[in-house]
Amino acid sequence: MEKEQYQQLEQNVTPKPPYLKNVAKAFFVGGFICAIGQAVSLFYMIFFNFTEATAGNPTVATMVFFAMILTGLGLYKRIGQFAGAGSAVPVTGFGNAVISAAIEHRSEGVVLGVGGNLFKLAGSVVLFGVVSAFFVALIKYILVTIGVVSW
Amino acid sequence: MVIVFQSKPSLLAGGVVAGPLENRSVFSQYFDAVYDDERWQMKTNEQGHRKMIEEACEFAMKKMNIQNGDVEYLMGGDLVNQMTPTNFAARDLAIPFIGLFSACATSVSSVIIACLLTELGAANFSLAGASSQHNSIERQFRYPINYGAQKPQTAQWTVTAAGYALIGKHREEYPSIEAATIGKSIDYGMDDPFHMGAAMAPAAFQTIQAHLEQRNQKIYHYDLILTGDLGQLGLKLLKGMFVENGVKNEELTFLRDAGAEFYGQDEAFQSGASGAGCSAAVFFSYVLQQMRAGSYKRVLLVATGALLSPLSYQQGETIPCTAHAIEITMK
Repeated sequence: MEKEQYQQLEQNVTPKPPYLKNVAKAFFVGGFICAIGQAVSLFYMIFFNFTEATAGNPTVATMVFFAMILTGLGLYKRIGQFAGAGSAVPVTGFGNAVISAAIEHRSEGVVLGVGGNLFKLAGSVVLFGVVSAFFVALIKYILVTIGVVSW
Repeated sequence: MVIVFQSKPSLLAGGVVAGPLENRSVFSQYFDAVYDDERWQMKTNEQGHRKMIEEACEFAMKKMNIQNGDVEYLMGGDLVNQMTPTNFAARDLAIPFIGLFSACATSVSSVIIACLLTELGAANFSLAGASSQHNSIERQFRYPINYGAQKPQTAQWTVTAAGYALIGKHREEYPSIEAATIGKSIDYGMDDPFHMGAAMAPAAFQTIQAHLEQRNQKIYHYDLILTGDLGQLGLKLLKGMFVENGVKNEELTFLRDAGAEFYGQDEAFQSGASGAGCSAAVFFSYVLQQMRAGSYKRVLLVATGALLSPLSYQQGETIPCTAHAIEITMK
């Protein structure tokens, strides 16, 4: 059988990913995680001395803490299998990427293992997050300077 | 490509041990031991992997009442970097050893080498097999175990199991190896590491075709043609290739796949099982026992292996695959 013929056969046999179902699951699980995040944020604003602008940091820390617990219990990967991007895109997904790498590489020691591999998966998120934040800020600065929008 | 063994070396015994999740395997009743701890009470997954290999070898030797000192050669491999679990097991077993890497096809390539040594008169007993341990292989090829990435339906689950066979000179009352085919490295341009069945199916097809042609056989000459770890989709593709080649569907009922059947119809495992331990565990427990019981008289075992690495995948290479086959008969 020729390569092209086989690739045709492969296309016919392989089930198409259920995009619509995946998108729906990601939407609802992702939305649910964000709703929890919103509740945590309100909690810090109501019970502590945080404003909408400053509640972000403790909220992120709390959400990553939840992700850590779920990852340690082996539950986050199950949520991930169900929700796909729904649990990968929120900050809990970032926490899961960092913590799963830390657990995985514990056997190689704290410095070379955990330290060296902590950002193995999340490193590119940090890098491109910082780079895109820079460009977004730059664009906004230009727009403010020429008077299109204000800070 | 086909080697015919005049002396017909025998598969005297098999030793198969598996991890806790493999309790859910339809083949688990045939395994020698299924452990509750996937690390075998060791500190790391890799040490547990090593321990598993040692125990599989010990089970095989115990069945023939022989000791490490009686075994001339150990042939085997796994999927961890530089194959340290097998190398370290060889250190503890203290048997002259060559590590072999044919990815998941090592379960058969090792048997072929052991048969050649037996045929040559160099070995009375040799151990051959392969193994995989889920955690240590996943971290090698994919993500950390607890990383929440979604696996597609085409993905397969790496089993935790070690299977080793004890090979010796021909004995009537044991399954014997009549011939073997060493497969080529086949690349049909598949590049998805989460769809290994599709990458490996053409290799299995070519090896089976070559074996049948050169042995002047048809599929129906066999009671069972069992591939290693194509998974449900890979098996479908393999059958599809045979159908396109003019083979009738009803002739393909004896064409089965260990990986497709390993975990039954459990959807948690997507397309089925994979890993060097998958084919080794099924071949050296279920198949050998069925042959000794007389259920199968002529069997073709075709172990399939995807010869990729995380590096080759990231560099955008396609996935070359191989398949090695042994023809086993029972009087």
